[in-house]
Amino acid sequence: MSVQNLNSFDPFAEEGDPLGDSQDVGSQADYIHIRIQQRNGRKTLTTLQGLPKQYDAKKLLKAFKKEFACNGTLVDDEKMGQVIQLQGDQRAKISTFLIEHQVDKSTIKVHGF
Amino acid sequence: MSEEPLFDPSLKKRKKKQVQFTVDPLGADADPTAPAPDTIEATTADGTAVDLGPATTHERMKLNGETEAPAKPAEEDDIKAMFGDMKKKKKKKEIPMDFVRRVFHPESAYARARPMPPGEAVEDLDFSDLKKKKKSKKKANFDLEAFEKELKSSSGADAGGDGDDDAEPAPAVDLDDDADLGDDPFAQPSAGDVLASVSSGNEAWLSSDRDYTYPELLGRFYESLHLANPSLLSTSGGKRYTIAPPSIHREGTKKSIFANVSDICKKMHRQPEHVIAFLFSELGTNGSVDAAGQLVIKGRFQQKQIENVLRRYIVEYVTCKTCKSPDTLLTKENRIFFMACESCGSRRSVNPIKTGFVAQVGKRSKNKTG
Repeated sequence: MSVQNLNSFDPFAEEGDPLGDSQDVGSQADYIHIRIQQRNGRKTLTTLQGLPKQYDAKKLLKAFKKEFACNGTLVDDEKMGQVIQLQGDQRAKISTFLIEHQVDKSTIKVHGF
Repeated sequence: MSEEPLFDPSLKKRKKKQVQFTVDPLGADADPTAPAPDTIEATTADGTAVDLGPATTHERMKLNGETEAPAKPAEEDDIKAMFGDMKKKKKKKEIPMDFVRRVFHPESAYARARPMPPGEAVEDLDFSDLKKKKKSKKKANFDLEAFEKELKSSSGADAGGDGDDDAEPAPAVDLDDDADLGDDPFAQPSAGDVLASVSSGNEAWLSSDRDYTYPELLGRFYESLHLANPSLLSTSGGKRYTIAPPSIHREGTKKSIFANVSDICKKMHRQPEHVIAFLFSELGTNGSVDAAGQLVIKGRFQQKQIENVLRRYIVEYVTCKTCKSPDTLLTKENRIFFMACESCGSRRSVNPIKTGFVAQVGKRSKNKTG
């Protein structure tokens, strides 16, 4: 611990990035984000991003579509991974659905107005 | 009113038991208790539920401790919920509940205390239940008149002049102890000590030999804290963080104008860019600042919606997480935002604003990347 030479940490590495990455992992990545977007008119779009790996996004989407009676799709984003898109404002419904199925409430973040 | 439930007992009873008090698994079908819940319900429906609640639950807690009736998790939840919700109220209520039992109905207290000895365990089941009902009924009746008195007296205690307040409960404590256990050498002196040391020394646990619960101690702590330095009370209650509501109006049909962004940012001591970035990422749109310093947001938004988002911004980036004070400073060091509190000196990093996934909306031909 006190012997600095034995550290695997590279002291000459870029300083900002590792910290930023670690914060990213700690704070942002393990949240499930539920967002809303406005479309034309009164239409909206709900996106669910950051679904943990143990859930099958495809099956979840199917369940959502059936439960909320809306259409939806699975979008592959380079950065964000798989994102579920649903038609209409389904934010409250999604979060209650997830909470009912034993997803921890503190990991869900609902955005939007 | 009182006769009704006798005629159509099953339905109403069950309803009450499930909705109101998930409490009595013991005597759900004891007949003489039928009228009692009615009165309880009425009072609770009137809105005195909050007042009634802790008192009765307290009693039940005591009952549980004494009769060793089956532990009821639902009750405990109730208690927790109540204490969690209204810590401040609770401490005042503790006092009334003691009072009511001792001053107005000493017999009931004794009656309750007596069957506790294990010899009469057979009777216990029906009896205790009956008494529960009775007691809560009495509470319901007496609460209003008693409560006011208690409030006065307790407020007097809070203010500091509590001569008679101490004097009254003290003998009651003695009696209760005698009735309850007969032989507890430690209960008496400790009660006396606490009475002497703490100005409002009529805590609920003094009368019985049960352990004090965490919420009670918490309430006691806050009581003594506020007694010792009333300035804390005034700061928490008096000063509120207010911000002018955002003024939103529509430009055309597809854009909203947020006119007083700069004012609000100034009030919050935040860079407008930061606030605007947060707004855009939360609303999932984009926009621009026009020449007059107004923010033009793409999409239709109402004032309420923007207000919600601003509220969230304030919670996340303005109020100090430790002391809840809104005078904080946001500084950026090494690409990370730090929030330093001006009043308590704490410093913490805050989450960077990230837009996240933005679905493609509108024509693809307009979108260069898609």
